[in-house]
Amino acid sequence: MLTLLLILVLAWLFWSGLFTPLLLIVGALSCALTVYLVRRMGYFDTQLFTPRYFVRLAGYWGWLLWEVVRSSVQVARVVLSPSLPVSPQVLKIDAEDLEPVDQVVFGNSITLTPGTLALDLHDGKLLVHTLTREGADALCQGEMKRRVAALRSV
Amino acid sequence: MMDIAIDIASWVLLALGGVNLLIGGIGVLRMPDLYTRMHAASLTDSMGAILVILGIMLQAGLSLATVKLGVILVFLLLTSPTAANALAASALLAGVTPRTGQSLHLSDSEARE
Repeated sequence: MLTLLLILVLAWLFWSGLFTPLLLIVGALSCALTVYLVRRMGYFDTQLFTPRYFVRLAGYWGWLLWEVVRSSVQVARVVLSPSLPVSPQVLKIDAEDLEPVDQVVFGNSITLTPGTLALDLHDGKLLVHTLTREGADALCQGEMKRRVAALRSV
Repeated sequence: MMDIAIDIASWVLLALGGVNLLIGGIGVLRMPDLYTRMHAASLTDSMGAILVILGIMLQAGLSLATVKLGVILVFLLLTSPTAANALAASALLAGVTPRTGQSLHLSDSEARE
């Protein structure tokens, strides 16, 4: 908890480099408010975010960036082709074996990638809409889910 | 010499980002229903934003501004899927059924239970 407070305070101080009383008071208030809200969300009750998680997350972001680039090209191709070859699919993906936070990471990754869109998350089941059949097939192979799960595996 | 190279790289990124935004806009106009339009729109807020911000970062050079731009990019990439999820979930809740393609996927029938 103190670590988070320290990070927030340092971030606030270095952000602008201005040290007027008003800014310092506002900064102190917003840091305290953030720590209070995060505490209320139960962040400190679980040990979900370890330093190792964040190291792995950086690697995952690299892979995700590549996926975003690849699927952007695919969607752009669909948009620009005269026949507009869309074949939308709705499918359900089981993500019950992931932690709730990881389900959110998984869902947001799906939405961030153009061509796939997470509609709903209920009881560990993700409802996903894809622009093309190929996109649905790629998602069913489950590489993204494997990578999200690997963020936390020992 | 280095400056020119960085300038060229930055302009290439900015131009590619602009092309992405344009294609996203065309896609929003061409797509048949809300959900497919959202796919086209996600071109603008993922790839478009990434390319444009990377381009500006090259212009800003090694400074605090670049760090701030990087943080802005991360926040954008965290919040825009969240907004898209909220939009899609509320559309689904409001009864906008996604139109699905002619060849239905196997798991599609499951999803309609």
